[in-house]
Amino acid sequence: MRCVVAVLLSLLVAGCSKPQEPAPAAQGAVPAAPAALAADAPWAPVRFFADGQPENLADWNLLRVAGGRLQLNREVLPYDLNTALFSDYAHKLRTVWMPKGQAANYAADEEFDFPVGTVFSKTFYYPRGEGEAVLRSYDEGPDLRGGGLEMSKVRLIETRLLLRRQDGWVALPYVWNREQTGAKLMRGGELVSLELVAADGGRESADYAVPDQNQCAGCHGTDMKSKALHPIGPKARHLNRDFAYPDDGLQNQIARWTRAGYLQGAPAPQQAPRDANWRDPAAPLDARARAYLDINCGHCHSPKGPGNTSGLWLNAATQEPLRLGRCKLPIAAGHGTGDHRYGVVPGKPDESILVYRMRSDDPSVMMPELGRSVVHEEGVQLIRDWIAAQQGQCG
Amino acid sequence: MNPPCLPLRACLLAAAVAAVAACGPEQAQHTPTPEVAAGDAAFAETLRTKLIDAKPGDVIEVPPGRYSFDRSLTLRVDGVTLRGAGPDKSVLSFKGQKAGAEGLLVNASNFLIENIAIEDSKGDGLKVNEGEHITIRNVRVEWTGGPSTKNGGYGLYPVKTRNVLIENSVAIGASDAGIYVGQSRDVIVRNSRAEFNVAGIEIENTVNADVYDNTATNNTGGILVFNMPALSQQGGAIRVYKNKVFKNNTANFGAKGTPVASVPAGSGVVVNSNDDVEIFDNDISDNATTNIIVSSVYSTGYKDDKASSEFDPYPERINIYGNRLKGGGDSPDGFDLKALKTALFGLSGHLPDVLWDGYANTQRKEGPQICIRDVSGVVNADGPGGYKNPSQDTKPYACELPKLPAIDLKRG
Repeated sequence: MRCVVAVLLSLLVAGCSKPQEPAPAAQGAVPAAPAALAADAPWAPVRFFADGQPENLADWNLLRVAGGRLQLNREVLPYDLNTALFSDYAHKLRTVWMPKGQAANYAADEEFDFPVGTVFSKTFYYPRGEGEAVLRSYDEGPDLRGGGLEMSKVRLIETRLLLRRQDGWVALPYVWNREQTGAKLMRGGELVSLELVAADGGRESADYAVPDQNQCAGCHGTDMKSKALHPIGPKARHLNRDFAYPDDGLQNQIARWTRAGYLQGAPAPQQAPRDANWRDPAAPLDARARAYLDINCGHCHSPKGPGNTSGLWLNAATQEPLRLGRCKLPIAAGHGTGDHRYGVVPGKPDESILVYRMRSDDPSVMMPELGRSVVHEEGVQLIRDWIAAQQGQCG
Repeated sequence: MNPPCLPLRACLLAAAVAAVAACGPEQAQHTPTPEVAAGDAAFAETLRTKLIDAKPGDVIEVPPGRYSFDRSLTLRVDGVTLRGAGPDKSVLSFKGQKAGAEGLLVNASNFLIENIAIEDSKGDGLKVNEGEHITIRNVRVEWTGGPSTKNGGYGLYPVKTRNVLIENSVAIGASDAGIYVGQSRDVIVRNSRAEFNVAGIEIENTVNADVYDNTATNNTGGILVFNMPALSQQGGAIRVYKNKVFKNNTANFGAKGTPVASVPAGSGVVVNSNDDVEIFDNDISDNATTNIIVSSVYSTGYKDDKASSEFDPYPERINIYGNRLKGGGDSPDGFDLKALKTALFGLSGHLPDVLWDGYANTQRKEGPQICIRDVSGVVNADGPGGYKNPSQDTKPYACELPKLPAIDLKRG
């Protein structure tokens, strides 16, 4: 009798656990633990859930906290962008994983064609300050020496997954617990109160907003008509840079992805487009500003994005000065105009709506609408410099 | 028409020129809507999850009560109905909102929202961005503190939508437009009320719209039909009829730089850079600048026309007839208009029912075809000539235009 119950139970559980079944691609022998993890327990391979919404980030086997570090599974490749989206000074650990034998097809200007089963993760974290405070500092890229982020030095906030399923991309936001032992699915998002401490001791509080699952589309729904989500960062121009791989030293990412079997059809890095690093003083001001606007604004402010209602397009492909805001009247800015007439007034950053909205932390004024609650002072300065350098006048 | 100065300043100026006793109508008082008791706090998160998990065909009910949100709500699934118990019973309140630029943001087709209120969102109240077959019925969007530049921009805000019905709805306190339909096609706005907004009802860059049986009062401008450059489409074919548009004399509280900030307080119906607009059978009265304005985008501060060669800035084929017009024009907003009125009609006179800024495409053989009947008069303000030689000649408006067809949303 007990046996029958057990069988029934297991049948029931099996019936409910369809999402728990790993995709065929994730099945197979457990790979040998890499050297950096040798001291830790063996680690099952990454599991791709072809369906469903696993409750715990740990279910994916992408990342784990062990040995005092946030470790990456063996096949999980970290990467970084030339110029990255600003999110309240959060640092970001980005990773990509694809099923064995699957690769993305390279594209020069568009997003790569990623295979079903691709999983991107982005972990938002801050360097720890004293007590509960976190540091307001530049993201110099994740320090993975020693086999992962050192937990005593970081406060993990959230890990967002973007996964390519049969029907398209799906975004899942996971929020880390206070103990920093795991992250749970928080589809409704959350506000996390933070205190940011700058290098000069200045303090600033932030209502860091974890987006709800629908809001993920606020950035990743780059085509309002199709409503499909898309990855934003992993394009050739953003990826074409070196990364300090803990096991491999400094390598160009496009070359490394190709070598890892994650990318096919890519040219030599010198032949691929490359965005400026917005902080690189050697790069031309225009290239730095356009790279910054592209990654921070261009996914919405493009001919197809949610910001297309404004007629202001800030993506990399746009060249027409009016479209880039030059002497352009606002459309639906409300008091987001800051009493200014034009998006960009050449030579006059303080009269430009673009700068006004970047300088604000009022949700009804600020741009971007999502993803930040504090002002990116250094980013504002860059755009101010860019506008100040423009010649001519409006009207 | 330069951007207006505040009526107060205008009044002071007028008072300084001569001791005029009545310097414009009194500002009407905004009365906040009745209090609604707090609803079950847990329902706020439940609603958020329901919106995320919605499936086509779902009806999401919001029980009576006021529900508070510190972040925007979003819906992205087609075929969903969001239904409250009534606009004064089920309230989504965004007072104290910390993140997100709207109250409710919808990117979906076949969306129906009814019997509910959205209050005090930081930005726009309800934004529907891209979608077809949108119904907004018996919805109230309100900023409860009355007119303030700090209020969100738009109340009800379908943009880039097609087949849109807004009815029996109310918009109060928007710092831009209460009911705003932008870059859309096939639209009906009816039986609705817009009060204490900068623009009461605004149809912008929209093709085929019928606006009827609405009440627009106590706004800065009552009903606006606008076209702005550098957008996805140029609008036209708009009918404004059977509306009550009166006493839209609230001081302009729009942020400078927004196109509506250039709308003089006391504007009844304003047509700006649109073609094919028909205004008939309306009751339009006591709008202190003037009851009807026809203008070009040049009057809204846009000068750089070279940058937008595809845009037609001139209003053409504007058909105004059969309206019941009364009062108004007695206290135009802004020094230029006040000076214009005084120059033409004296200190105690008033502007006639229609004011045209006078910008027209001189290359167009048939002229602007602004056809006006049944009005007390028309002033061509001579915008192109620097407002130096305004004219009251009504002959240029004695023309006939074919009537526009009614909008059929084909909803049975």
